[in-house]
Amino acid sequence: MKRILVLSLAVLMLAAIAVPGFAAAPKVGIVFDVGGLGDQSFNDSAYVGLKRLEKELGASITYMESRTPSDYEPNLAALAREGYDVVWGIGFLMADAMKKVATQFPNTRFGIIDSSYTDEEYAAMKNVLGVVYKEHEGSFLVGVLAALTTKTNKVGFVGGMQFAVIERFEAGFKAGVWKTNPNIQIIVNYTGSFDDPAKGKTVATSMYRQGADVVFHAAGATGIGAIEAAAELGKWAIGVDSNQAHLAPKNVLNSMIKRVDIGVFEGTKMLLDPKFVAHTEEMGIAEGGVGFVTDLSNNASLSAVAKANEWSAKIRAGEYVVPEAPMAKASDLK
Amino acid sequence: MTFDAQTIKYLVIDILASTIPLATPLILAAVGGVFSDRSGVVNIGIEGMILIGSFTGVLTSYYTRNPWLGFLMAGLSGCLTAWFHALASIKYKANQTVSGVAVNIMATALTGFLLKAIFDRAGQTERVVKLARWTIPVIKDIPIVGEIIGSGPPPVYIAFIVVALAHIVMFKTVLGLRIRACGEHPEAADTAGVNVALIRYGCVMMSGFLAGLAGGTLSLGELSLFKEGMSAGKGYIALAAVIFGRWTPVGAMWASLLFALADAIQLIAQNWGFTLIPQEFMLMFPYVVTMAALAGIIGRSTGPAASGKPYVRRGV
Repeated sequence: MKRILVLSLAVLMLAAIAVPGFAAAPKVGIVFDVGGLGDQSFNDSAYVGLKRLEKELGASITYMESRTPSDYEPNLAALAREGYDVVWGIGFLMADAMKKVATQFPNTRFGIIDSSYTDEEYAAMKNVLGVVYKEHEGSFLVGVLAALTTKTNKVGFVGGMQFAVIERFEAGFKAGVWKTNPNIQIIVNYTGSFDDPAKGKTVATSMYRQGADVVFHAAGATGIGAIEAAAELGKWAIGVDSNQAHLAPKNVLNSMIKRVDIGVFEGTKMLLDPKFVAHTEEMGIAEGGVGFVTDLSNNASLSAVAKANEWSAKIRAGEYVVPEAPMAKASDLK
Repeated sequence: MTFDAQTIKYLVIDILASTIPLATPLILAAVGGVFSDRSGVVNIGIEGMILIGSFTGVLTSYYTRNPWLGFLMAGLSGCLTAWFHALASIKYKANQTVSGVAVNIMATALTGFLLKAIFDRAGQTERVVKLARWTIPVIKDIPIVGEIIGSGPPPVYIAFIVVALAHIVMFKTVLGLRIRACGEHPEAADTAGVNVALIRYGCVMMSGFLAGLAGGTLSLGELSLFKEGMSAGKGYIALAAVIFGRWTPVGAMWASLLFALADAIQLIAQNWGFTLIPQEFMLMFPYVVTMAALAGIIGRSTGPAASGKPYVRRGV
């Protein structure tokens, strides 16, 4: 009797081990960037995706925050060591840390938002998924809205640190504005930070003082200061990543939406697939990865929204390709 | 762009109008630092007191929807934090630098923890009711000046009033004389019947109160939310302003304005299409100005003689 019991227990345990990924609840962990949870944009959107994994896949979830860039590597490694099946790094700046950690933990699957690796790197680390967004496509659409809203023919762009991802926002925004009206002046400022609202406010206030009446930000928490400036001076701001209308319902014209949640959710499903092959996933308008706000929180005119929708259809169909690199003036735009 | 008279006028207005709000928290914190240093206690903990003040201000406004109460509570919480520093440095004669640094570390951790515990989130709070802008009737009609300081968040004006009051107290009253005596020669002050410990407690807590108001300025005057680490080194810059301002309230004000001016130029240069100097160098600019100012002045400027030294009564 005892022997049968032991045997059946052993069989049960073996069965539990043998059943792959999905049957047992997957464990998914996220390492946030220094902007942190509660930035009401980029990181919060990733968290929405994580919550959806918990609800729809029954995943057990956790997250870690990074106080400084030197936290990335220990945080990623900690989650891998704790036996998480899928570990996400939210942000471009984690690319190097992830490369190191993914090599150290070949049995853990890793996903990174906003970064990709070369084919050679993917061949070396077979456990990584890069998710990149066509921010320029979404930014193009809010650029169209800005151009059709401005009365002063001056608009502004507040960027965080200046690197390729943020430059795509700038490029798309400029293209959207200038495709609509090449006579509009665009003031560009990279603040060099994603976590200093006071800087964002100073910069945006100066733009409004110069006569701009719509400012688009792609600067995380720094950009919250830009929205603060719009609310204080009664001007328009355009939010980024998540719908930021709740920050200033009367002064957020619209928000460029970057569905980091979809990237995390769909990406996790890909990573949990036993047949996963390391690669880069590109999320544009066609993939539902980027867009703008069309619900009641939108403050742009109906005709402006219609125009943006028209462009959205064109981009989706591949009839127009939005440039990824910022251009200096309207005439540089093809 | 062409630099005609009109453009230069707008450029000057833009730079100065950006400078004033950036300078306000520095001025408040630096005047506080002057009091503490003058009485003989170095207050490295200003940075942490700013952070605690900015958090308490938002917390109060969040629950009471009264930003003025929040602003006051910001000051009081800074004052309370300073009391710990005073207790350690005056009563227990601890090393003042260590105690101050401890306050800063504690403030970062405590505000992060309370944010999580009370607002159930990390990073930052949601937006709360902030101090409404003031418009000053006569000043707003003066050309140029009106555009720079004609209207702004109330702490801007409060800061300048504080500077004037601090100057009067420090140099025109008996109390000011006693404060300075405690920092220069506490034994002599004691012999003359001044309660050195009491004066020092008062000054450190005053410094905490003003640092707390500086925090309230950041979170309820400029912005309307608390963000982790939002003091962003302003306490240290304020300490530099104390030294550069030669331990006087008016000097500290000018030093704060200079540092804020450097920051404003760095921030808005791009708005004016000024991209000749790479951005990385522009980002360094305010810090280079601070260091150059200190390097230029520090050799020729000596602080209160007894600053940083605990006062031990002899022969009792």
